[in-house]
Amino acid sequence: MNAKIDNKPTFYWSVKRELWENKSIYFAPAIVAAVILFGALISAGHLPERRRNAMLLDEMRRRAAIELPYDIVAMVLIVTAFIVGLFYCLDALHGERRDRSILFWKSLPVSDRTSVLSKASIPLLVLPPIIFAIAVVTQFILLLISSAVLLPSGLAGTTWANFNLLRESVVLLYSISVIALWHAPIYGWALLISGIARRATFLWAVIPPFVIAIFEKITFNTNYISSLLKNRLFGAGDTAFDFQMHRSISVDLGQLTLGRFLATPGLWIGLIFAVAFIFAAIRLRRYRGPI
Amino acid sequence: MATIEAHSLRKVFGTTVAVDNVDLRIEEGRILGIIGPNGAGKTTMLNAILGLTAYQGELKVLGRDPWAERDQLMRDVSFIADVAVLPRWIRVSDLLDYVEGVHPRFERAKAESFLAKTEIKHGSKVRQLSKGMVAQLHLALVMAIDAKLLVLDEPTLGLDILYRKQFYDSLLNDYFDGKRTIIVTTHQVEEVQDVLTDLMFINHGRIVLECSMEEFESRYVELMVHPDHLAGARSLKPINERQLFGRSVLLFDQVDRNQLAALGDVRTPTIADLFVAVMTNSQKPESTQ
Repeated sequence: MNAKIDNKPTFYWSVKRELWENKSIYFAPAIVAAVILFGALISAGHLPERRRNAMLLDEMRRRAAIELPYDIVAMVLIVTAFIVGLFYCLDALHGERRDRSILFWKSLPVSDRTSVLSKASIPLLVLPPIIFAIAVVTQFILLLISSAVLLPSGLAGTTWANFNLLRESVVLLYSISVIALWHAPIYGWALLISGIARRATFLWAVIPPFVIAIFEKITFNTNYISSLLKNRLFGAGDTAFDFQMHRSISVDLGQLTLGRFLATPGLWIGLIFAVAFIFAAIRLRRYRGPI
Repeated sequence: MATIEAHSLRKVFGTTVAVDNVDLRIEEGRILGIIGPNGAGKTTMLNAILGLTAYQGELKVLGRDPWAERDQLMRDVSFIADVAVLPRWIRVSDLLDYVEGVHPRFERAKAESFLAKTEIKHGSKVRQLSKGMVAQLHLALVMAIDAKLLVLDEPTLGLDILYRKQFYDSLLNDYFDGKRTIIVTTHQVEEVQDVLTDLMFINHGRIVLECSMEEFESRYVELMVHPDHLAGARSLKPINERQLFGRSVLLFDQVDRNQLAALGDVRTPTIADLFVAVMTNSQKPESTQ
């Protein structure tokens, strides 16, 4: 009973601790967003001309052209989140052994389970809302910049007529959540390797799957492993979105196929692997000391 | 209930036996110094007690199995495993927030009042502090935790003499209340001599001497023997003999002090003297229970 009451703040403080240590979790996406906005400001001079050209296109292409910068913001930030999450996980259980601080963390009444789960929650629960918030704010600022630049030429209304920030936000939230779930085993794997490897966690995480794929190709001349890896990296969209409806990259709410995504065996197999990796990392941390 | 109780505690790394079937019982309210040469198994033994390493045999710390219940145990146990294990990136104020957040027995006001006596600023990061200040900070955290057992493994290694003195003074005056149990390992034996209530020497993973400080003071006598009486003194079977300023200094175990006083100058040996004697002796003195 008591333990249950006490566990909650322990988890809360453990997550907070991760955010203190790893400021890149919010700084990296914020800097990427700032760079995008800076680029948008610099190229703003050409915007009226580009918009006039876009208005000549048919409706669907026009919408795609107008939405493109916003989609780029979303995609670049999602990729940033993946890179930040991956490198965070690769260091999470390694850094504390490297700087010997594991001896301090273990001197406190915080279980290995709470420690590892708080670390696993960073890419799965903490990064997604951070990325979502930064992306929405960036898109909103982009919207303001574009409106202000287009106002003198009387084209400001064309953005608002063709771009719906609310719809974009729903698509974004959906994409970020789906991709985080799809990538869960990758984060789990990185976390486990960071608890095992004495050094070069990135190499230990990346090279074995790579070597196995090459071995398979050379020995059997098949590509199961490499296509599996490729699917795990880039395959979230295959079932989560219906890209058949039209060819542009802008997405309507009707294209979000959550049911089909949830029915994908790959999702659940991936999640089972994620749970197994995280569980192994928890068990392993008991045996771990400074390196 | 003893604070620590171990039966046939054993830890093997590959072919090296770090802790060799140790039986141990440490009562509440003791300040035990564990002294041993490098690689004697001190840290391994402490790590087993702290739930940092798996072991064979039976071990109970405050009635708990440390390996299985480390997180529960750490509500009642504090330790400083080494100097400089505080994370270097953390800000002092954040560190206080964190420990206050996760530790049910941490009293922040105590830590603050201890820190107020130092030059540590709340806004500083640990990496900006000197080695001595990091040790002070860690001690401030540990002293503000109402623990039943405090384990200090080389807590003052690499600190200057002022910090070391202050460290043990604070520990005795502000922390030790007669009910807590403290275990300390150190190579700076002379500094803890007046602090300890109990003494333990270990070597090759075994306990080679175990006694209380009262026992130590009554049992062991060091004699700077008068040259004329050297043969007579040697016949009383000293456990060690060394040369100092051209005179022989003999260490005796359980030999009547008055009898020795007739042969030269007697005094109570330092722990270091006894340690050297015990470690260099091929035949180990009997340990008393």
